[in-house]
Amino acid sequence: MTDSAMTDKADTPPGPVAAADDGGLFELEYVTSTEATDIVGIADRYELFIGGGFRKPASKEYFETINPATEEVLTSVAAGSSRDIDRAVGAARDGFETWSALPGSERAKYLFRIARLLQERGREFALLETLDGGKPIREARDFDVPTAAAHFFYYAGWADKLEYAFPGLDPKPLGVAGQIIPWNFPLLMLAWKIAPALATGNTIVLKPAETTPLTALLFAELAAEAGLPDGVLNVVTGDGATGAALVDHQGVDKVAFTGSTEVGKAIQSSLAGTGRHLTLELGGKAPHIVFDDAALDQAVEGVVNGIFFNQGHVCCAGSRLLIQESVSEVFVDKLKRRLSTLRVGDPLDKNTDVGAINSRAQLDRITELVEAGRSEGTEIFQPACALPDRGFWFTPTLFLDVAQSSRIAREEIFGPVLSISTFRTPAEAVEKANNTPYGLSAGVWTNKGSRILWMADRLKAGVVWANTFNKFDPASPFGGYQESGFGREGGRHGLLPYLQGTH
Amino acid sequence: MAMTTSTDTNLPRSSVGSATRHNLLGTGAVTKQSMAAFLGAVPPVDQVGIAERVASLATRSVKREAKAKTLRLAVSMIDLTTLEGMDTPGKVRQLAAKALRPDPSDPTIPLPAALCVYPAMVPTALAALEGSPVKVAAVSTYFPSGQAPLEVKLADVRAAVEMGADEIDMVIDRGAFLSGRYVEVFDQIVAVKEASGHCHLKVILETGELATFDNVRRASMLAMAAGADFIKTSTGKVQPAATREVTLVMFEAIRDFHDLTGAVIGMKPAGGIRTSKDAIRYLVLLSETLGPRWLTPDLFRFGASSLLNDLLMQIGWLRDGRYQSPNYYTND
Repeated sequence: MTDSAMTDKADTPPGPVAAADDGGLFELEYVTSTEATDIVGIADRYELFIGGGFRKPASKEYFETINPATEEVLTSVAAGSSRDIDRAVGAARDGFETWSALPGSERAKYLFRIARLLQERGREFALLETLDGGKPIREARDFDVPTAAAHFFYYAGWADKLEYAFPGLDPKPLGVAGQIIPWNFPLLMLAWKIAPALATGNTIVLKPAETTPLTALLFAELAAEAGLPDGVLNVVTGDGATGAALVDHQGVDKVAFTGSTEVGKAIQSSLAGTGRHLTLELGGKAPHIVFDDAALDQAVEGVVNGIFFNQGHVCCAGSRLLIQESVSEVFVDKLKRRLSTLRVGDPLDKNTDVGAINSRAQLDRITELVEAGRSEGTEIFQPACALPDRGFWFTPTLFLDVAQSSRIAREEIFGPVLSISTFRTPAEAVEKANNTPYGLSAGVWTNKGSRILWMADRLKAGVVWANTFNKFDPASPFGGYQESGFGREGGRHGLLPYLQGTH
Repeated sequence: MAMTTSTDTNLPRSSVGSATRHNLLGTGAVTKQSMAAFLGAVPPVDQVGIAERVASLATRSVKREAKAKTLRLAVSMIDLTTLEGMDTPGKVRQLAAKALRPDPSDPTIPLPAALCVYPAMVPTALAALEGSPVKVAAVSTYFPSGQAPLEVKLADVRAAVEMGADEIDMVIDRGAFLSGRYVEVFDQIVAVKEASGHCHLKVILETGELATFDNVRRASMLAMAAGADFIKTSTGKVQPAATREVTLVMFEAIRDFHDLTGAVIGMKPAGGIRTSKDAIRYLVLLSETLGPRWLTPDLFRFGASSLLNDLLMQIGWLRDGRYQSPNYYTND
């Protein structure tokens, strides 16, 4: 044994064993570690969840939902019409009688049960979210599902303390809430909407996004499993017309919408003068400001996370990077190098950093805006990056030296595209940062505490992150200024839009 | 005492960019002013950001063949270490035998990079490893505290070099660093580098005593500018020893230093790395931060001893499909 060991050694090059084959560089390989898809059962067809059970749509029509990473059809889902909305609102009205009469401590029990069930079935939800929406399983598993569960736990805690939340206010629910949620965080946005509504005693008709209805339907099943009384939660799937029918229904006391600014404006004008309540969480074009004294390597990570998290399909994404000119060269070099290590591909692979674009329509929109940036003559950087043949994909993209007047600096792209500009002074940074019709979020990177406070005072954004980005906690309110919407979700503030006498 | 950087061009890797490195702090003697300017340009480190990045890379999946390959690489990167007051020639010979035959049942296992011992044990280690590619590293400069007059520390180094050590693991003067006497720390490293002659120099920062990541990053830059071939986290005598977080901070400093000078500096986390899983996570951090060029024992080492058996056990499991009892692996 010893002899053969010595012989082997003599045959290898001198020096501590060259572990790399042929003396070449050792490549640390990640194994494609695909999450098994068989843990979640997908039915052939999904009905509407109304009055505590699954019901066929009045229209008898169904639409297909696909996996954007493969373009394969996952299943078909009921297309809810205005008649279905009418049934659902009726069921929610019936449910309201019992639900609003329950003591807060009883409602809390259901919310706690839902939160625990979400945790127990976390893998199923994460997998389904990834299959239906294209986001990396790592994010669905480590962010979407745990944060959604945390939201239910948090609002469960408020349900029996509403009298203390707003001294002097007699907390009474509004009635039936019509909630329309987007496709970027289907389960998490559902949690943001449902948890405070249930905690305050409202009942719900929820309309999930057309391209990502599945986790909402699985959630409906979970709510039934939790014993939630019939009619308290209703889920009506469909397209924009279904959403419009919900908004226009006179039996809906409150509309909560998360989505594009364009649709938000239409909803606001249709509700104007009706006395029905509304909160809107719309688009953004968040500035991400890096000062020269920042922890640059961590700022690079923060900027990458800010724009490439969930393929940039994040309303509060840090899509406009403003770098202090004195460090812009070093910073951009670091950023380019970091981009080259991003792993784009199969969302089910646990090593994937950037997954699939949610839909063909969204891919077209991103492509159009990036082409606009190119045709304006803006310098572009895209790392070498092999994309799968099928499915919807977009290479992570940087635009350098972007002018404030450029389309890519003004319009929300909602994709993995970052516009980079420079600034010279803190005042100029604030001016450029606020020079947008939006105002959802902002990020500041500096080693100076006083400057963080100075900036936060001046930035017109609902959330200002300092030395971090895209951090969410159920206890922290979230919402926008200007065309990013109004009303807050999360925290004690998140209860207000669902209570009477608070507007 | 010589206060200039060695310009010996025969040094293994330190020759790369050594002239440039010297120029980083001006061409003459290093002054308080030039040092202040140099360290002032080192960017700060955000502790929360470091922890997040480390946590996110911990979920990377290295399995099956890739894992087997990576575990073997990890074996070849180990500096097998014994640093006890109670070290004897017998103990050192035992460890040397382990280095030569990590797993008596599998001759294909690569050999660890080096045996790391106190200077007094260098002759024993050399004799036991004669004819093998396993290097002998001597900890010196009044290891682990470094609290001795410079002359004593240099004599410690020269003795180890004369006895034939291949590598010198020195400790920086943390007392001087923490009291802001950076030029003194720098000059001492330069002097040790000169005393080390042809030996490969690893500079131990003792990150557990530097306490903040900002200090670690500055000390890393200072050590590299002074001539370190490797920077190393810890003596193993202070808690915390190596962590993945502090290792990432040092990787980032190595990357910055490479960008500035072109020099390729190695890294050695030491102390507290015991499992294969942990070792792979270190290598993932290395690969994602510095790239494949650094994935070699020439540029990365683990200062560890109990890690070896865990690596062997995992390699055995991947090979045979079952775990052997720990009693099948030798404790030396």
